[in-house]
Amino acid sequence: MGIEEKAGNLGIVTTTLETVVNWGRTNAMWPLLFGLACCAIEMMGAQASNYDLSRFGMELNRASPRQADLMIVAGRVSRKMAPVVRRLYDQMPEPKWVIAMGDCAACGGIFNNYAIVQGVDEVVPVDVYVAGCPPRPEALIDGIMMLHQKVMREKISGKKESPIRIDQPLVQVK
Amino acid sequence: MDNQTVLAALRERFAAEILAVNEFRGDLSLTFTPKGYLAAAQFLRDDPDLAYTFLENLCGVDYLGRKPRFEVVAHLTSMRHRHRVCLKVGCDEPEPTVPSLTPLFPTANYQERETFDLLGIRFDGHPSLTRILLPDDWVGHPLRKDHPLGDEEIAFTFNQERIYARKPFVRE
Amino acid sequence: MTEPITVPTPQQIIEPAVAGRTETMVLNMGPHHPSTHGVLRLVLELDGEVVVNVAPDVGYLHTGIEKTMESKTYQKAVVLTDRMDYLAPLSNNLCYALAVEKLLDVEIPERAQIARVLLTELQRISSHLVWLGTHALDLAAMSVFLYAFREREQILDIFELVSGARMMTSYFRIGGLAYDLPSDFIPTVEQFLAVMPSRIDEYEDLLTANPLWLERTVGVGVIDAQSAIALGLTGANLRATGVAYDVRKAMPYSGYETYSFEIPVGKNGDIYDRYRVRIAEMRQSVKIVQQATERLRELGPGPVVTSNRKVAPPPKREITESMESLIHHFKLWTEGFKPPRGDAYVSIESPRGILGCYVVSDGSPKPWRVHFRAPSFINLQSLAHMAKGRMVADLVALIASLDPVLGEVDR
Repeated sequence: MGIEEKAGNLGIVTTTLETVVNWGRTNAMWPLLFGLACCAIEMMGAQASNYDLSRFGMELNRASPRQADLMIVAGRVSRKMAPVVRRLYDQMPEPKWVIAMGDCAACGGIFNNYAIVQGVDEVVPVDVYVAGCPPRPEALIDGIMMLHQKVMREKISGKKESPIRIDQPLVQVK
Repeated sequence: MDNQTVLAALRERFAAEILAVNEFRGDLSLTFTPKGYLAAAQFLRDDPDLAYTFLENLCGVDYLGRKPRFEVVAHLTSMRHRHRVCLKVGCDEPEPTVPSLTPLFPTANYQERETFDLLGIRFDGHPSLTRILLPDDWVGHPLRKDHPLGDEEIAFTFNQERIYARKPFVRE
Repeated sequence: MTEPITVPTPQQIIEPAVAGRTETMVLNMGPHHPSTHGVLRLVLELDGEVVVNVAPDVGYLHTGIEKTMESKTYQKAVVLTDRMDYLAPLSNNLCYALAVEKLLDVEIPERAQIARVLLTELQRISSHLVWLGTHALDLAAMSVFLYAFREREQILDIFELVSGARMMTSYFRIGGLAYDLPSDFIPTVEQFLAVMPSRIDEYEDLLTANPLWLERTVGVGVIDAQSAIALGLTGANLRATGVAYDVRKAMPYSGYETYSFEIPVGKNGDIYDRYRVRIAEMRQSVKIVQQATERLRELGPGPVVTSNRKVAPPPKREITESMESLIHHFKLWTEGFKPPRGDAYVSIESPRGILGCYVVSDGSPKPWRVHFRAPSFINLQSLAHMAKGRMVADLVALIASLDPVLGEVDR
């Protein structure tokens, strides 16, 4: 993060800088072309013309992790594939974010067995989880919007915010 | 071509090798000795009248609690006659081994490797019997009945704290 | 068949290189590469740009579906079948349902049969559209990808109308369909049929006589019929070599013998012929969907699950009236139906090739063994045979034309 961190807390100057930097990051986040299984097809559907992802600046799917900043883990991660996922994540330069798309990436999905890693957050740190099997393209876009909001809240110090836990049930039953 | 014709042709040549004949829901399946299995497959493929040139499916089944414990099932199809016949051969622990159909039908290559990988059945005469679906250093054969499913306890609100404390989450 | 058929493994290519062979280079086309066919790893042995040998390394998507199905009842295991060949989930559902129905020996009502044929053919069209889009994308014809997905969205809307889910519908259950067809199903399908043949003409306009496309695909990746049968190559890949074998005509299921359609057959067995065969298959599928729609309209409303109450549950309102229905419902929900001891194998023509399902039952509510004969897994064996002597760019086109789906390869 360089100069912004060294400039310290200069009040209004750093706040505006934060906003500008985060705005720049959200509006042209390049995803890594990383489709594993069925969710990849819905990701392709989200990229296609009906649920266009290029209006969010994500038209270019970079094949090389060195040129990408968002890894959408779309699909089930098997035990053979887990080291590959980790290696690709390590090869991505900072700043980088990870969206776990689909139930298999979030928690292992319907495959609770020897072959599938129960949630890709055992392999890479995840920022946003998108539920669904597979999630509709609109759900993926909702996840991407949530990630954009999370990025907009990022501070210059570079410290990652702690995950927002929902402790109370979402529906209050009286 | 129907079940009776092919059964008669096989009985003529391999009567000693046929251990069982079963016709269930219109499908003919024969259980052979290992020697008969290979010879019958070759005969069915090469005989000009029968022409079962297409090996459609080859897989293994683990009948835990039965002797022989494992069984390899091969479905041969004749495209000309539009008919299918099933050859079965049993093999037992400790080292289940069955003749390989790969020299006769190259399509059996991956299917036998998969059966070896998941069930541990060895195939004599296979050019390269190695693991295919699981990582090379995996120990065990998952599809065997005595291999556990490997499932994780499902997290509900009452036990999630305990489960998540032990799960190897990655933080950076 | 001039040279002997070999299916190399990655170790067979890597070990001599490690031991010191320097005439050829070993290159890894890793599990992550910019081709949307999934996590397939290829180990290439190259002499400059020319491929001397290629060995697929699969297993990066192994999900243990067959083992997991053994721990679920028959009906619950249907959802796992969707996720194998994820471009044609309804085909997987159909294959598994047919295999278990063969074990159970149940009658499926006419309305369900026609709906199964209709939706399976729509699924075939949508799968071929993804194939076309990704194949063209691999060869840098990007507009076709966007056009194909436009039609696919229409088909996915139909699936959503019928089952609630766009892709993993699990709509074909053992005994019939999950729910009855909604009232606006036939008009929606007819709306789709109104546009479809002209859209296929659009794709053909872009590609079939395009000199760039012809340059990349004609004469590339040739395989002859005898090698194809020996290697177990099925589907459009086999029909492109001249063998007119389609399970829908050879061993018909679900009433396919009553529909009139043709089997497109190629001549040379190269990538261009596979392309032509699949485009023609899309047209034939449209024809079948038209016939099925007319039949549905004529048949009118009716039951969509078998009347055998030991297999399919009774309608909910009967439970309050009849003790027998209540008991059937209870047994089905707590235990599940129990097929007789035995085994059954059924194969269908999925968009990838011959998809087979081998089910073994031991008389309990859970299957003893389920095995899927996955066409993509077996088709991959022919890659080395077809790619020898071609260049790496041809290999990309070759994989796309084989149309593998890694979910099915690894199960």
